[in-house]
Amino acid sequence: MLKTRIIPCLDVKDGRVVKGVQFLELRDAGDPVEAAKAYDAAGADELCFLDITASHEDRGTLLDVVSRTAEACFMPLTVGGGIRTVADIRTLLLAGADKVSINTAAVNDPDFVTRGAEKFGSQCIVVAIDAKRTSAPGEPAAWQIFTHGGRKPTGLDAIDFARLVTARGAGELLVTSMDRDGMRSGYDIALTRAIADAVSVPVIASGGVGGLDDLVAGVRDGGASAVLAASIFHFGQHTVAEAKAHMAAAGLAMRLDA
Amino acid sequence: MSAETVAIIDYGSGNLHSAVKAFERAAREAGLDATRILLTRDAATVAGADRVVLPGVGAYTDCRRGLDAVCGMVEAMEHAAHVRSRPFLGICVGMQLLASRGLEYATTPGLDWIEGDVGPIAPSDPSLKVPHMGWNTLEADRDHALLADIPLGPDGLHAYFVHSFAFMPRDPADRVAHSDYGGPLTAMVARNNVAGTQFHPEKSQRLGLALIANFLRWRP
Repeated sequence: MLKTRIIPCLDVKDGRVVKGVQFLELRDAGDPVEAAKAYDAAGADELCFLDITASHEDRGTLLDVVSRTAEACFMPLTVGGGIRTVADIRTLLLAGADKVSINTAAVNDPDFVTRGAEKFGSQCIVVAIDAKRTSAPGEPAAWQIFTHGGRKPTGLDAIDFARLVTARGAGELLVTSMDRDGMRSGYDIALTRAIADAVSVPVIASGGVGGLDDLVAGVRDGGASAVLAASIFHFGQHTVAEAKAHMAAAGLAMRLDA
Repeated sequence: MSAETVAIIDYGSGNLHSAVKAFERAAREAGLDATRILLTRDAATVAGADRVVLPGVGAYTDCRRGLDAVCGMVEAMEHAAHVRSRPFLGICVGMQLLASRGLEYATTPGLDWIEGDVGPIAPSDPSLKVPHMGWNTLEADRDHALLADIPLGPDGLHAYFVHSFAFMPRDPADRVAHSDYGGPLTAMVARNNVAGTQFHPEKSQRLGLALIANFLRWRP
């Protein structure tokens, strides 16, 4: 039986792990390779690196981090941030990433998703969907795609965009609520559910985890195939093993042999 | 045991870095310190290797094209596997290439070493997502040396999968293990000295390192 995945996410800037509160306020939380090794040993099901400054700074540091992580960790690694071209994808895959997460470039040019999928296979193309709720309370729920860490609206409906990029070849969607990110108030379950129900590919719930019940809700109520979290793991609030035990106790199928 | 060479074929198919590192670590942990892991795109090295690994990530057609683009590589693989009967392991699309045909986007001829087609995954339960992505357990269809001493079944170890297409061998006896995902998906095939895994042993932590160690000791 396929198991629900827990994916610790490391935001990386200048080769160091940071965690933004609403993507704007940064705190240093260590060496990404050491963190990756610790999560590998702790039984994480995948790892995710998001290079939050990749669009305007040197890529060499990130590639070095990816390469050293792949040497030490025999588990799947997704890398995102600033990926614009097929050559960017190739460079990351050759450095040791298994999947790449595309955000702004997919918004600007959905055909880029197709080119990546045709070259490297849909299985390694993750599209990151950063969405904010745009409907007022009481109105039918609606969300819009934002780029640039949630600062720039695009006018694109999140559900329509999810369907579009899936048709274009995305193999997985990383759905982040920009309203919830860093707030520790739980995933936006309605957003996660609406996208999971709209597409045939796996959805990763992201943005806003405050406790272990939020992980359960992301899967049970949100329909996610995987849950991504950062702060609750990075700052020692919970271990991956505690999270897995909690989710298994709630009736979810987890990998407990790691 | 004398020093062996293991050729991992580099034909431009994605990341082979972690595959090399996983084979090196599995060799070390198995006490096979003298085993040399070679990442190579040289046909003569593959033809003369003691063991051969064909990895593969990406689209079937693209992988087949990449393999054909390396001068003499398919012939070298056939020499190692069929003339010299050396242990041969295909991984993911490398395993799918053992089939007769791939039906991903376009119909593409495979190596036809193990007859069958590679077709789209169609789970009986429409709520199941495709790609089949993540950690699944293995159910053995028959005993195989590469699965020796690895706990299988619902309470066994997990293997990491990420694929939208699956190998359907024509002869059920060629299927060694499957995973359940709205029906059985071929997880491992084998015939004589040739084997292939749909999952990624180099990404499968304990199960993966154990399977690689078994491959490095395999005497088919």
